[in-house]
Order: sequence, then C-alpha cells, then structure tokens
Amino acid sequence: MLTLLVVLPLVLAVVSVFCPWHRFRSWLLPTAGALHLALACRLVMDQHHAARPGAWIGLDPLSTLVLLVTSLLFLGCAVYAVEYLEIRRERGNRIMVPCLLVFLSAMTLAVLARHLGLLWFAVESTTIASAPLIFYNRNALSIEATWKYLLICSVGIALALLGILFIGYAALGRGGPVSLQLDDLLRMGPQVQRPWLHMGFVFLLVGFGTKVGLAPLHTWKPDAYGEAPGLVGALLAGGLTSVAFLAVLRSVQIMGAAGDLEMARQALLGMGLLSLVLAAVCMVRQPDFKRMLAYSSVEHMGILAIGFGIGGLAAFGALLHLVNNALAKGCLFMTAGNIQRAFASKKMSMVRGAISVLPLSGGLFLAGFLAITGTPPFGPFLSEFTILRGIVDAERFGVMVLVLAALATVFIGMGATVLSATQGEPANAEVHYRDRFLLVGPPLFLMLVVLFLGVYIPPPLRHLLQSAVELLEATP
Amino acid sequence: MHGLSNLLLIMVILLNFFTLGSSRLGSCIRAVAIQGALLALLPVAAHGWSWHTLLLAGGAFAMKGVLIPWVLLRTIREVRIRREIEPLIGYIPTMMLGALITSGAFIFADYLPLLPEHHGDLFIPTSLTTLFVGFLLLMTRRKAITQVLGYLVLENGIFIFGILLAEAMPMMVEAGVLLDLLVGVFVMGIVMNQINREFSTLNTERLSALKG
Repeated sequence: MLTLLVVLPLVLAVVSVFCPWHRFRSWLLPTAGALHLALACRLVMDQHHAARPGAWIGLDPLSTLVLLVTSLLFLGCAVYAVEYLEIRRERGNRIMVPCLLVFLSAMTLAVLARHLGLLWFAVESTTIASAPLIFYNRNALSIEATWKYLLICSVGIALALLGILFIGYAALGRGGPVSLQLDDLLRMGPQVQRPWLHMGFVFLLVGFGTKVGLAPLHTWKPDAYGEAPGLVGALLAGGLTSVAFLAVLRSVQIMGAAGDLEMARQALLGMGLLSLVLAAVCMVRQPDFKRMLAYSSVEHMGILAIGFGIGGLAAFGALLHLVNNALAKGCLFMTAGNIQRAFASKKMSMVRGAISVLPLSGGLFLAGFLAITGTPPFGPFLSEFTILRGIVDAERFGVMVLVLAALATVFIGMGATVLSATQGEPANAEVHYRDRFLLVGPPLFLMLVVLFLGVYIPPPLRHLLQSAVELLEATP
Repeated sequence: MHGLSNLLLIMVILLNFFTLGSSRLGSCIRAVAIQGALLALLPVAAHGWSWHTLLLAGGAFAMKGVLIPWVLLRTIREVRIRREIEPLIGYIPTMMLGALITSGAFIFADYLPLLPEHHGDLFIPTSLTTLFVGFLLLMTRRKAITQVLGYLVLENGIFIFGILLAEAMPMMVEAGVLLDLLVGVFVMGIVMNQINREFSTLNTERLSALKG
C-alpha cells in the first residue's frame, strides 16, 4: 500500500504526458493531490503500516508528520494550479503538470525511505523534477535562477552521497554485512568508527543542509523562490524544505544512536543561529517581496535547526513549527503570486495598496505575514513560543537573546515591506487580474488550518509530535 | 586483481590533470568520458566477477562512458562552442594546484583511520584527489559546460569511494544514482541551450542579475 503512494503520482504523470487536452491535464493535479492525501490519511490510521525493521520504506512518527504536511500542501497548490495554468494558457502545461507529479512522487519517496541510498536517490530526484518548474517563465532571470539551483543543489547532494558512504564505511569491518538501512545503522549504535561517523554527519549536514537552505548554503534560495511561479515557491518553501529537513533529522538519529547526539545538536544550533541572523539582516529593506519570503524561509529553517539543536521541549516546538511554517509559507507564496500578477511586478516600488485592489489576496498576504512572524493567535506563535520556552528550560540565555533580537528585526523588516505593499492607495489604476475563487480558496484554507493549530492542537497530533521527539532523542 | 585496479586508478589521476590543462571542450568531455569508462571497470577489478559487479560495471560504463558524454557533445555542437576562454585561474596555475591537491590527498589519506585492508591502497587518495579536482573545475571555469564537467568529475570521485562499499549499496540504489546523474546532466544540457539562446554565450558570469 505504501508503494502505491509513490507510484500513483508517477502513473498520473505518465497519463498527463500522453493526454492531449490542456484542461484535463490541469485537473489531474488536484485528482492526484486528493487521492494522495486520502491514501496517506488511510495509511496513517492503519497502525500496521508502521515501519517493519529492515524494510526499505515505512512510516514512523517523523515521516508520518512530514507526509501529512506535504500531502496537504500539495493538494492546496494543485487546486491553485488549475486556475493558474488556465491564466497562463499560452505557456502551456505539458511540462509543468508531469514535473509537479513526479516532484510529488519523489518527495513522498524521500519521506518514506528508510534506506539512506534510497533517501539520497529520492532527494536528488526532487532537485531534477523541480528545476523545470523554476524555469517555467523562461526569461533570462528564471534561467539564471534555474542554473544556480541545479548546480548548487546537485553538488550539495553529491556531498550528501559522500556522507552516506562515510557512514557506511564507519560501519564497515565491525562484523556482519554492512547495510545502509536506517534500522540496521541505528542498531549498530555505538559500535561504529567515530571519526568516519562524524565526517559522514558533517557531509550529510552540508549536503542536505544545502537543500534545506541553511546559511551559509542558502545562496540559491532567494533566486529560485523569487523567479519561480508562486505555487512552485509554495511547494519548495513548504514541502521540499520539510522533506530535506527530515533527511537531516535522519542523520541526527544516527548520531544519537551512536551516542553523539550532543555534537549533532551543537552543529545544528550553530547553523541555525547563523541562518536566523543572516536572514534577519537580508530581510530589512528587501525591495522584492518574493525574495523577502525566501529569506523568511531561511529564517524559519534556522529556527527549526535551533529547536532541534536545543532538544527536549524545543524539539517538540520545532516539529510543530515545521507544520506551521509549511502551511503558512504555502499561503504566503500563493497570495504573493496573486499580487505579483495583479501589479505585474514584485518590486516594492511598483506594488502599493494590494488590499484595495485584491481584498482577499492582499488580506491573506497580510494575515500570512502576521502568522509567520509569530503573532498570536496563529500557529507559529505557539510553536515559536514553545521553542523559546525550551531554550529557557535549557538555560541557554545567550541563544535566547540572539533569537529574540533576530525575530524582532525580522518583524520590523518584513512588516515595513508587507505593510507598504498591502496598505495605501494603488499608484496606477490599471489592474491585470482580480481575485478568483480557485486562486484564493487554497491559501485561505491553509491559513485557517494555521489559525486552528494556534488555538488548539488535537490530541492525535500532540501524541504524534511527542513520539517523533522520542524517536529523535533515542540514545543508546 | 590488485595491480589492475591500481593501474586504472593511476590513469584516472592522469586524466584529472588532462582535464585541468586542456582548453578544448571536446577533448575535456572525452577525457571525462574515458575516466568514467575506466571507473566502470573498477568494481570488477576490485571485487572480482559476480552478477552485482558486472551489472554495476555495465551500468556505469553505459552512463558515464557513453550516454552522458553523448549528451554533452551534442550540447556543445548545438551551441557551437569549442574552447574555454580565459578561466579565472590560468591553466598552468590550475595544474600546479592539481598537483598540490594530489600530493595532499595522498598524505592526508595516510592519516585517516582506515581499515587494515585499505591501507596503502590507491582507492581513497584517488577518490579524494578526483573529488577536489572536480571542485577546482567547478570554481575556476566560466563556461557552464565545464562546470558540468566539474560536477561529473566530483561524482566520479564519490563513485571511487563507493566501490569500497559496493556490497552495502544495493543494486537498485546504484542504478538509481546513475539514472539521477544522467537525467540531471540531461536537464543541465537543456538549461545550457536556453542560456546560450538568451545570452548568446555560455559564460556563467553573465548570470549575475539576481542579487540581494
């Protein structure tokens, strides 16, 4: 059944390649999204799909969480895509639709993978499948963004492969056949050769960290997110980063099993703080609101890394934040796409008074900004607050001060940009697009989920988060 | 069999130098192709005959030795370029750097906590050398196509290390890694065509409009 989750989007991708009708092809996306989400929910309910030791794919609490988030986000983006592709009819969807479906399949495989080799294959496939999506507008800037994305991420992922091989070498010569299966590696525990394990962890962190976009490996991110269509940005910033972060967490699990959890946490904490501070600096006076969102993604990946770096309550908060960030970023990028279309620009100098032109998109963009910067009552407030409480519990007051200062800077920097874009009177009366139901419905829905998570965390979700944290903190 | 794999690895190192020193793109691509083809023989030379090593060798030969170079040669034919012009660091200095890297890798490999059976082997130093030469190509060259070659050389270095762990990597995963490489280079080829059409050059320093 789990295999079906990976194969289903692939089959629909093949159908879309051979299907001659534009509109039918577009509708394949929500079909795939809905089926994927329904199937994922069913599998999660069924307890006996839990990962069997030694299996290549399986569900554990960590992957369940990421699977549900990416599936929900993809459904939202897929519904949005129908109307978007209708507007961009002249550009066609012959490449967009199959690539989106392959992308979904690769993300699912990466989430389910319990073999490091398979995980690598899936993550590299997401890079290749998403490159044509960034390239969609086919102008000079999107070519530049695609080239940087392809080259930097491919090289980064190649280093992750080296890291996987180093971890394999660490397990070599310790009796028994070597396996890169996650359960086998976790069972090896402290018997592995430390130097090779540490080297492997560093390379995995650098490799998958490139894909996550942790500073200083984030350089492709503003370009790619800035030039990609809004819905692709939503999928990259919400879905792909979460999936890549799961890959980083797998390497943390291996380090934890070998008894080196503290070292892994130090590394994550360092990179997290650097990302947070760097993103905060770049977001002040950012003239381009899509690039601003990209830096916001760097910032939130930094917050996640800090949360996992502190551990305990902060790790719980970080997992919750992963969900909140993914859904809020989905809403922000989709509404940013709507605003960009209406004003035919994403520069601050051109965009004024989005709320009066696009009441729904503009309002949602503003709400998304409030949510992502951690304003109550939205979900990110709760999760960021939990992370901060975790930091206080761990008595890391230096970290605390730095994080609070960076968050305040981000709020001011992002606020200046977002408020001037949404408030005030539009400079020119000419408006290219109005709000349409399918272009506003999905971000509205995601925003409502984020709001709901800020008010109430359902007990099953709380339980899932708790068991995922236990998985991460398992030591020999 | 030991002698054969050492011979192959030495040839791989020599091809690294050829790639660093040559300005003609066509011969660079062919050098990387030969390097890939030689590497494909390594699993058999190192681990002996078996279905696994034979399939791995065949797959690697088809991808690294034939298909990927074919894609790249077709690309340079389409975009009509022959030579790398003025790399960021000249050819002689890069060769010198390559020599430094190679000797550094051999010295460094002695300090690594290797398993007894891998001591004195050429596998690990060659792998490190090839890896760093790939990085050097990526950093010092301006043409998009040489950057792709750098990526391929880097990947070759990782492949050499992977041979030590051939039994830990299931066949399916290895096939997947090679397939990803091929499709990745194919997509890069398409993007290179677009770069050439849009900017009338393959020099990546023109790709610098996105900042901030």
